[in-house]
Amino acid sequence: IPKERVQKFKRKDKAKKVSSKMPIMYNFLVAMFSFILRFLEGDEDEDTCTISQEDIAEAVDITSGAKYFNLKLSQFGPYRVDYSKTGRHLLLGGRRGHVACIDWQSKHLMCEINVMESVNDVKWLHSEAMYAVAQKKWLYIYDSNGIELHCIRKFNDVLRMQFLPYHFLLATASATSFLQYLDVSVGKEVAAFCTKTGRLDVMCQNPHNAIIHLGHPNGTVTLWSPNQKEALVKMLCHQGGVRSVTVDKTGMYMVTSGLDKKLKVYDIRAFKPLKSYFLPAGASCLSLSQRGLLSAATGDVVQVYRDVWSAPVTKPYMAHRVRGSVWGLHFCPFEDVLGVGHGDGFTSMLVPGAGEPNFDGLDANPYRSAKQRQEWEVKALLEKIQPELISLDPTELGYVDRATFEQRHRDRVQALGYDPLAKEKFVPKYKKKGRSSAGAVERRKKQVAHEDQRDEIRKTVEDKMKMEKEIKERAQKKAALSNQKSALDRFKK
Amino acid sequence: MKVKVLSRNPDDYVRETKLDIQRVPRNYDPSLHPFEVSREYTRALNATKLERVFAKPFLASLDGHRDGVNCMAKHTKSLSTLLSGSCDGEVKMWNLTKHDCVRTLQAHEGFVRGIVVRYCGTSFFTVGDDKTIKQWKMEAPGYGEAEEPLNTILGKTVFTGLDHHQKEAVFATCGQQVDIWDEQRSSPIRSFTWGVDSFSSVRFNPVETELLASCASDRSIVLYDMRESAPLKKVIMTMRSNTLCWNPMEAYHFTCANEDYNLYTYDMRNLDRPFMVHMDHVSAVLDVDYSPTGKEFVSASFDKTIRIFQKDGGHSREVYHTKRMQHVICVKWSADNKYILSGSDEMNIRLWKANAAEKLGVLAPREKQAINYNQKLKEKFQHHPQIRRITHHRHLPKNIYHQTKELRIMKEARKRKERNVRKHSRPGTVPVVSEKEKHVVTVVK
Repeated sequence: IPKERVQKFKRKDKAKKVSSKMPIMYNFLVAMFSFILRFLEGDEDEDTCTISQEDIAEAVDITSGAKYFNLKLSQFGPYRVDYSKTGRHLLLGGRRGHVACIDWQSKHLMCEINVMESVNDVKWLHSEAMYAVAQKKWLYIYDSNGIELHCIRKFNDVLRMQFLPYHFLLATASATSFLQYLDVSVGKEVAAFCTKTGRLDVMCQNPHNAIIHLGHPNGTVTLWSPNQKEALVKMLCHQGGVRSVTVDKTGMYMVTSGLDKKLKVYDIRAFKPLKSYFLPAGASCLSLSQRGLLSAATGDVVQVYRDVWSAPVTKPYMAHRVRGSVWGLHFCPFEDVLGVGHGDGFTSMLVPGAGEPNFDGLDANPYRSAKQRQEWEVKALLEKIQPELISLDPTELGYVDRATFEQRHRDRVQALGYDPLAKEKFVPKYKKKGRSSAGAVERRKKQVAHEDQRDEIRKTVEDKMKMEKEIKERAQKKAALSNQKSALDRFKK
Repeated sequence: MKVKVLSRNPDDYVRETKLDIQRVPRNYDPSLHPFEVSREYTRALNATKLERVFAKPFLASLDGHRDGVNCMAKHTKSLSTLLSGSCDGEVKMWNLTKHDCVRTLQAHEGFVRGIVVRYCGTSFFTVGDDKTIKQWKMEAPGYGEAEEPLNTILGKTVFTGLDHHQKEAVFATCGQQVDIWDEQRSSPIRSFTWGVDSFSSVRFNPVETELLASCASDRSIVLYDMRESAPLKKVIMTMRSNTLCWNPMEAYHFTCANEDYNLYTYDMRNLDRPFMVHMDHVSAVLDVDYSPTGKEFVSASFDKTIRIFQKDGGHSREVYHTKRMQHVICVKWSADNKYILSGSDEMNIRLWKANAAEKLGVLAPREKQAINYNQKLKEKFQHHPQIRRITHHRHLPKNIYHQTKELRIMKEARKRKERNVRKHSRPGTVPVVSEKEKHVVTVVK
């Protein structure tokens, strides 16, 4: 395929007009590259952020157009939003007690209840069968038919919740500065910490290592795991309070917004600030999509930014004004859709390029049947990771435990009385007929020591040569591979 | 304005009819599959626990002998036949698939000391306390015919062991000396003596078929070459060996079952130290047999247990015991590497699985895949402490458990004393003797 034709469809070339020279070729190419080239491209003088949702909905096909819809629910207060892990089901929780769960693609209402109390947050549990509602006093768990299953009194004044899917843990942050973990498969509280930092209403999870990030009014973000009573890490992020935190799915970047009207991007592995942007009005809600699009909401305007950490961002990719002040934002997992919960109800807006196009059928499959869901649930429960394994580095189990080896070696030396791995001292044989005079014995000892030294030198030189050879080979392989194309290239950063 | 939004056609993701299999698109991107190490670890832990859940090795008990089972012989051509000789002179032939006795014959008056099947599988030899060697046909006699041996050889002294050559019509017996017999002759073609008055067992090397080894009552193991006229060499140990077995895959390795609760694997080329010491029994080891793969062997001991060892492992990987099984006299590993047969002195032969958690029978391909995956997971995480703890845990009868602890305390006390002596004497006067060298007294050529 000639290079300029491919160039035309690359995202960077926003200003270029698409040529209408070969429409057939164009369609074929678009179809072929559609999995990387979902985009919104404006005309020459048009800014993508000025394109309205109605125009986009009209320009795409019917099924995609139906994904843009508004639910006018002005009675029951601003709404919190949650999508289930497969992206199929939507949970809405209004502040004045209205809770509804919907299969939003077919618009089928699964259940709709009013819990007669104020609702702080709603969260799906591991599947579409159960969800948790943080009500005024306690934490309630409901079935997808709206039946109240549990009322957990130990979890009181819960403001925010996060569900860790691979550990089956529901982490809750309360107004009394308690961070609590509930194992939803067993039904036991795993850990409860008094963070002593005041009201906790900014919370997010790092999907890569299951660490909970809490934002505080003094501008710090603290990282928590259920194994430690104090925070693992405390980062000073903003000069005012932290308004929202979000972490991307690879666990590399954390985006925070604060009362100082700044939006900051951090490298969370090295804990270094990467970028800092100034927003004329600070963002109250943040959400990152699976493909790295950031949505930030201020008041009743939702803005979507692209490539926040790699390229300097000057203007948003898309913007939309909703009818009430935004209360909750959530990208739908495998769709190009952003769900906005606001004071006037719920809006689902189209954001081209947000969702992961290729899902894994064995992990989160939006098209799974009931049988597949049952099988998946059983396997997920069997593979449930114990909370003791949650740490900043999720691959810690794979490292060689040198400390234990050395400790064991020391114990063995003490037990045996000698070091079994140490080399034995050379004792020259006593030779008869005067061949064992002092000088001769010394000469023999020196010869063996000399030979040992030569062996050591030879070994180090060999090791060095081997390492250099390996480095060369690796460089050669890299050079060779960089020319080759493979199906896994799309995962390389 | 150009816009392209993700839109999936459900027909591409949902199966067409109920008779199709489900469609499962895969994406191996690691960011979609986080926590891979932790999840694999959890799967390995589950696999280890399930292995312990399914570890039910006892299969069947062959009942019928009227006195303790003294020796057993595997049929060389048929996997489902077993011959066993008991302490009242009876020899029984068993069908292992039906768990019943096919044929019984009164072979000797007194103990049946040795029984071995000829390499062609058409006849078998027995030796007994009545100083005779008898050869019998493998087929049962016809209707009305009496059980008659094909051939009887009368000897001058009691024979205590018997083994047949792998390829030639030659067999060896041991008693007061080691004799090599030709099947056609009624007197031995060669006799080996070395100043010892009794040998307990003799074995031909299955790989180097001209070599023999025997265990003597002066705590030694003697090696012979059939073609020579005198024994090759012998190694004298601290305690007597009861039996020995050659490794069917390694030409020079043999393992002997010793009275000092250990088994020693020697390389016959270098007899001054055993290649490996296998310690785990709490009483004298009476019999040992190798698996046909040569990687593991099973040992039977006076302490009512059977243990399975790896060929280079110092400790056992598995222990089988039952309340009803008393002192185990003989043990055999079946030729298809799957079963272990043990004969004990309460007149029963027991059939066990060699791999306790194995599922027998034909496995579906998905089952095989799952088993292979679990095996690999267990191997990958075998060094993690929790998984190792579960893998190594075995239930032991109370007396053996206490006896093991007691022996460990005694051993530690001896080591501590030796260490203190070394610490408080001039450096170099008390040399460090490795565990392997401790048990060999001398090698005589």
